[in-house]
Amino acid sequence: MRPGYDIPELLERFKKGQVSAAARLITILENGGIDAEAVLDGIFHMTSNAYRVGFTGPPGAGKSSLIFRLTKKFREKDKKIGIIAIDPTSPFSGGALLGDRIRMQALSDDPEVFVRSLASRGSLGGISNCTDEVTDLMDAFGKDLILIETVGVGQSELEIAEKAHTVVVILVPESGDGIQAMKAGLMEIGDIFVMNKADHKDAELAAMEIEDTLKLKKIADDAWRPRVILTSAKEDRGTGEFAGLIEEHRVYLEQSGLFLKKRRQILFSRVKNALMDKMERRLRASESVKNIMADRMDDVYEGRLSPFRLVHELEKIVTIK
Amino acid sequence: MSRKIRVLVAKPGLDGHDRGAKVVANALKDAGMEIIYTGLHQTAEMIAESAVQEDVDVVGLSILSGAHMTMFPRVMDLLREKGAEHIMVFGGGIIPEEDVEKLEKIGVSRIFGPGTDTGKIVEFINGRFQDED
Amino acid sequence: MSGKKGFEEGKRKYLDSFGKGGLLDVDFTTVSGAPVENLYASDDIEGLDYMDELGFPGQYPYTRGVYPSMYRGRLWTMRQFAGFGTAHDTNRRYHYLLDHGQTGLSVAFDMPTIMGYDSDHKRSEGEVGRCGVAIDSLRDMETLFDRIDLAGITTSMTINAPASILLAFYLSAGEKKGTSFEKMGGTIQNDILKEYIAQKSWIFPPEPSLRIITDILGFCSDHVPKWNTISISGYHIREAGSTAAQELAFTLADGFAYVEAGIAAGLDVDKFAPRLSFFFNAHLDFFEEIAKYRAARRIWAKRMKEKYGAKDEKSMLLRFHTQTAGCTLTAQQPENNIVRTAFQAMSAVLGGTQSLHTNSMDETLALPSEKAVRIALRTQQMIAEETGVINTADPLAGSYFVEAKTREMEAKAEEYFSRIDELGGVVKAIEQGFFQMEIGRAAYAYQKAVEAKKKIIIGVNALMVEGEEIDIPLLRIDPEVENQQVKAIRDIRAERDNDKAARELERLGTAAAGGDNLMPVMLDCARVYCTEGEIIEELKKVFGEYEEPIFL
Ligand code: B12
Ligand SMILES: Nc1nc2c(ncn2[C@@H]2O[C@H](COP(=O)(O)OP(=O)(O)O)[C@@H](O)[C@H]2O)c(=O)[nH]1
Ligand SMILES: [Mg+2]
Repeated sequence: MRPGYDIPELLERFKKGQVSAAARLITILENGGIDAEAVLDGIFHMTSNAYRVGFTGPPGAGKSSLIFRLTKKFREKDKKIGIIAIDPTSPFSGGALLGDRIRMQALSDDPEVFVRSLASRGSLGGISNCTDEVTDLMDAFGKDLILIETVGVGQSELEIAEKAHTVVVILVPESGDGIQAMKAGLMEIGDIFVMNKADHKDAELAAMEIEDTLKLKKIADDAWRPRVILTSAKEDRGTGEFAGLIEEHRVYLEQSGLFLKKRRQILFSRVKNALMDKMERRLRASESVKNIMADRMDDVYEGRLSPFRLVHELEKIVTIK
Repeated sequence: MSRKIRVLVAKPGLDGHDRGAKVVANALKDAGMEIIYTGLHQTAEMIAESAVQEDVDVVGLSILSGAHMTMFPRVMDLLREKGAEHIMVFGGGIIPEEDVEKLEKIGVSRIFGPGTDTGKIVEFINGRFQDED
Repeated sequence: MSGKKGFEEGKRKYLDSFGKGGLLDVDFTTVSGAPVENLYASDDIEGLDYMDELGFPGQYPYTRGVYPSMYRGRLWTMRQFAGFGTAHDTNRRYHYLLDHGQTGLSVAFDMPTIMGYDSDHKRSEGEVGRCGVAIDSLRDMETLFDRIDLAGITTSMTINAPASILLAFYLSAGEKKGTSFEKMGGTIQNDILKEYIAQKSWIFPPEPSLRIITDILGFCSDHVPKWNTISISGYHIREAGSTAAQELAFTLADGFAYVEAGIAAGLDVDKFAPRLSFFFNAHLDFFEEIAKYRAARRIWAKRMKEKYGAKDEKSMLLRFHTQTAGCTLTAQQPENNIVRTAFQAMSAVLGGTQSLHTNSMDETLALPSEKAVRIALRTQQMIAEETGVINTADPLAGSYFVEAKTREMEAKAEEYFSRIDELGGVVKAIEQGFFQMEIGRAAYAYQKAVEAKKKIIIGVNALMVEGEEIDIPLLRIDPEVENQQVKAIRDIRAERDNDKAARELERLGTAAAGGDNLMPVMLDCARVYCTEGEIIEELKKVFGEYEEPIFL
């Protein structure tokens, strides 16, 4: 029942700026496979100008609410905005309730803002496997700024650092987030630390704690020193300054030449990751690997062959020239 | 590759009855679908634009306030304007029998009333999309 | 054998023989999913201190009822919630109900009125007069009560965020008939906290909303002494899907929050608390409901006295209105709803309600038709006149089961109070979605229980009738209502003194920004025919609008 699609036709309409075409192309990227590759081939040459900001931090910290406020601020400066909001897929049902959009519904009458909710699907952690590609697509669609909201839990929160130019870590005064953030390694990746819900008590204290922790970090003189800022998405406080900080970081990256370097890094790791991914998938699908394993696992079970030995045998059928 | 049915569940107009919409959203999620819930007090414009951006397969409107004869046609028109007439529109709530017929005439694919087993709603959606995978 | 030893022995024997012949394969929990024993005996109410836990009717802690004579002194008020179309349409319905023996009025407003939009606002399109009566200005209110003596009847108005405005319209309508404020009695729902929690028709954020409420409390205690200023409502919480214990706990927590707000605003608790009243749901689980009402009275009395220092007994009395549970009624075989409603109404009466609305059999199909509402009213009249239950106050007291359940309800409520305190109070708990999530989860759990046939609903998941044709009359709202109402509001704007209207609105804005009580200015706005929408717009400029923190 779902209508089929015609990628060249969609790309045509995409180039004309049709939202429905862009939205369908995102779906194709999400669903993966050779169609997704065809879409990326079709749009990749149009990318490169958009600035990418990643938002991470525990669920409920106010990521979606702050993205809403920031978008309003950036719109005053006439920036075109793409938002990618990722929520977790239920491991039990495979379904998902994508709840970030609710906080941004008031943006839906602005034609220059494109909000897309993604479920994390197969991905293990805080982002969806197609985040890079969807970001490219929004970039190619002419967005100046792409805001990526991660799920906010788990190890692979750190992955956002490989995808964004600026990483924002959002924390709240309650429940000792600062310590949690350190444990999770967020202190290492954040360019800007936001203590949101400044309308709650103890926010200032909590922000100071983060500052103190950051002071322990060794940072070269000319390097970017991570910044800490207090905001209240609820009362729209500190959000203008927050937008300003993101801009400041962007200018820093550009002037220091790091922007280009970062862009290269991002692309480099994408190629590497995509390759690994593909290789893994090929290995999993390989009949000969399956056959050999079927034959030889008994030897491993019964102690006649060590696991490494068997891998050596298997490796022989994998040819990388 | 993984292909999921995406559904936008929306509450148009001034209606605040959200118990049913939330129950349905949860049931569809538990049936493996990806649900975007808009929250209350949406205009037809907000709903149609969200549906397009999210490239959903289905838009489900929940209306218990009697505004269905205004809201359904508006959302349908806007989807058409935005080049998204392929999106299936259906819904539920308090909708008199005679209005159900009128709505079906303008292309609303189904109305589920009080007492509906959510399993029936899941079945209906799956039935519409099952020739896919 | 008798005495303690005999009891032990009897109980042991009983437990041994229980279930010997096999038990039905039925889910033996309450409709809220709470466990229930097969039998309750004296050991289930061990240590029950009559005067401490129950008292006599009309005596602290009022578990047995708020008045000594209870229904021998005065029946509950039979108050059917009604409103549809234009003020004119609804006025006719009021006369019909009064002619059939109804003893109080209750206004249902349409969605635009509830949300603070005039009938000609863009957001009102398709909604005017559909869910209740459309009221835009004092003019509509005058029509609504045409030929009704406002000193001779009490009126309840189901209105919350704009309650101050509709109260001003009502008082002005009475004033124009020559009825003084002191003579007018009635209720505004005015319970904004449960709007954020359950009914979802908010306008302003909590802080300014609470300020408006305390203004009303202050104004009414000085000028409209017979007015019930807040009807603290569990009805909506329950209908949104909560359990009985959640209904009880969340409603009382809201009540205490208002008391605290009043005290914080410098009001004397005994000056405003006597005018607080409650509104509960009468759901299907007969004894659970009765236990709920009894526990509610006890908790309120004790806290008001012990925690909030009330001295006046009237501050400790929990008086309540009850409505039967709309969400239990079915679209399938709608006539069966008459029976469900009768059981529910009976539980409210046995629980000692002061006022009652019985739902109509067409609940899931449309606003009530004349025929359906008459049967619903007759149901109450039959309970009062034919069944004999009014003869005795709190007839179920002393039942091992009911007393044990009453205690259990109280304990569950106390548990919730501690959790709410931990979250920083009601408003903070709302912000964090605590109530909303608790209710949402309970609603979904109930739906699943029904779908798994653990809970049976006749006609829905059991004893269905194939190809059933609905065969009862239904009320239809004429789509012309909207046009009429739009025309009427344009007429008002053409006829009134617009300079005066603008001046009063400006005064209102100033009062809102400052600290003066809003009610006097609100009345002035009403008198010069400012519309509800205009007043709300003015207030929004100062107070802002609430955004829901949605939790799924
Ligand atoms: C619960 C309820 C309330 C609660 C709502 C709590 C909440 N947060 O949801 C409270 C008490 C607050 C309430 C208030 C009012 N209510 Co009310 N309410 C009901 C009631 C009794 C049950 C609705 C319900 O939740 N049922 C349980 C759920 C699970 O069922 P459901 O919503 O029908 O959903 C099922 C199907 O309809 C369908 N479905 C629903 N949505 C969707 C969406 C999709 C995509 C799909 C596929 C299916 C689907 O599947 C669901 C599962 O089976 C109905 C009457 C009735 N029995 O139906 C009146 C009713 C809807 N209310 C009514 C009215 C008038 C009001 C008020 C306006 C009264 C007033 N004037 O003050 C207020 C205003 C509320 C507001 N803010 O909008 C009228 C509406 C009349 C009309 N449309 O002609 C009704 C019909 C009662 C009546 N006959 O008068 N109400
Ligand atoms: N008090 C307060 N609440 C906030 C603030 N920012 C967000 N919230 C609330 O916190 C909850 C979670 O916000 P959300 O943006 O969904 O968080 P996310 O899960 O990190 O995306 C919502 O109820 C918001 O309304 C803030 O600055 N102050
Ligand atoms: Mg979020």
